[in-house]
Amino acid sequence: MFYLDAIGRYFLMLKGVFGRMTKGSVLRSLTLKEIDDLIIGSLGIVAFISFFIGAVVAIQTALNLTNPIIPRQLIGFASRQSVILEFAPTFISVIMAGKVGSFITSSIGTMRVTEQIDALEVMGINSLNYLVFPKIIAMMTYPFLIAISMFLGILGGYIAGVYGGFLSSDEFITGLQDEFIPFHLVYAFLKTLLFAFLLATIPSFHGYYMKGGALEVGKASTTSFVWTSVAIIIGNYILTQLLLSS
Amino acid sequence: MIEVTNLHKGFNGEAILKGITTSFERGKTNLIIGTSGSGKTVFLKCLLGLFVPEEGSILYDGISYTNLSPEEQRSLRQQMGMVFQGSALFDSMTVEENVMFPLQMFTKQKKTEMLERVHAVLERVNLENAHKKLPSEISGGMQKRVAIARAIVTRPKYLFCDEPNSGLDPRTAIVIDNLIKEITEEYDITTVINTHDMNSVMEIGEKIIFLQKGHLEWEGDKSQIFTTDNKAVTDFVYSSNLFKKVRDAQLKGL
Ligand SMILES: Nc1ncnc2c1ncn2[C@@H]1O[C@H](COP(=O)(O)OP(=O)(O)O)[C@@H](O)[C@H]1O
Ligand SMILES: [Mg+2]
Repeated sequence: MFYLDAIGRYFLMLKGVFGRMTKGSVLRSLTLKEIDDLIIGSLGIVAFISFFIGAVVAIQTALNLTNPIIPRQLIGFASRQSVILEFAPTFISVIMAGKVGSFITSSIGTMRVTEQIDALEVMGINSLNYLVFPKIIAMMTYPFLIAISMFLGILGGYIAGVYGGFLSSDEFITGLQDEFIPFHLVYAFLKTLLFAFLLATIPSFHGYYMKGGALEVGKASTTSFVWTSVAIIIGNYILTQLLLSS
Repeated sequence: MIEVTNLHKGFNGEAILKGITTSFERGKTNLIIGTSGSGKTVFLKCLLGLFVPEEGSILYDGISYTNLSPEEQRSLRQQMGMVFQGSALFDSMTVEENVMFPLQMFTKQKKTEMLERVHAVLERVNLENAHKKLPSEISGGMQKRVAIARAIVTRPKYLFCDEPNSGLDPRTAIVIDNLIKEITEEYDITTVINTHDMNSVMEIGEKIIFLQKGHLEWEGDKSQIFTTDNKAVTDFVYSSNLFKKVRDAQLKGL
């Protein structure tokens, strides 16, 4: 009952977000600021994690390839598949639920407890649109971040595989090109867009509707991380079922 | 002039305001007093339209909020200014940007015109040399001045202040109280102030209503508040030792 109620309020919030629009020039500058905070600000950590995860995937595959009949190029193939299909879109999004999600919840939550949201409403501003809409638009650039993550993940796999002496550069590249299905990229980026929307809206929901003081802001950030991750994992399952299994 | 009739408001079945009828005059500082938790903030937020009352009516110079179209409601809102208890300044914006914000959102003025108005109101609240600072970089008293400047920058007809001097030292508190009173007279605004501070009552209380547990327990002016025999009011007034000593001294003819 509690969950149904929360889900209902989440959709009501979305209705408010897409309700009466804030002045265009204001929205534009808010969106640019959000791109800076949410996307540019995450480049470093995403690049770091992607590179090393890619490297570890390559090493793990190499170490588990004990059967001499299986060609070494499989390392390149496995790196590509796991990075593009899951590590970049899903794994990075769960990390982002922690980084960007708790940032969004705590910043909106602080505005709630210090009555800044009331101040917006008193001025006749649609505070949901003002606060959440620019975040959604900013997160539509999230696929670029994930593209970078894919590239660096595969690069990490290449470097670990080739310089770790597991296979030659040519073998890795042959593996990369092996049975490449373009639809997998479509699938990965559709997922990314869904996750981007969840990453912008679920943490906003937890911040916007919180009650209490500074202590509760901290608690709301934790709850928001849990629910955003859960939503990402469930969304991932549903989209995979819909798009890949036929 | 704001007229309130039989106002009821509760949360989750618990009644907070239980039928309040009163009125607030233009050009005067109207005070709502009462202990913490008596419903002052809820009352003010009803006046602001942030809370929708379950019952009763509020007339703003004869106009009822509830009968208006959303468009008209918004333009009525824009005639209201609010000074929140914790100032509620936008912490990512400088002092100047905070005060300019309402103009930016709702007027088509040029930036230079807006800045001119912003500088004029900042000067009016006696705040200089802090234009480019962030709220976190200025004192509580200065934050209050910025909050007042932001509330009056659009020349509102109604001004609401929730405990405008909470968290301020007594001297700054009096300065802020007087600033609000002067602005009220100068701009001929209907001002409603929440407070639990007897100093404010002494300083600027022109009309005073006393709330207790969501009821309007007493109303009058500041000369009457010290002579009333309403028990709840005298308990509140003389909960401060200072006032008690002054009264005892007067009784003894000192
Ligand atoms: N948004 C809300 N939801 C539920 N209860 C509230 C809400 N706002 C205030 N209350 C309750 O209303 C009562 C009066 O609060 P308030 O008006 O803030 O008192 P004060 O006179 O100190 O300003 C308190 O018991 C408070 O818990
Ligand atoms: Mg209060």
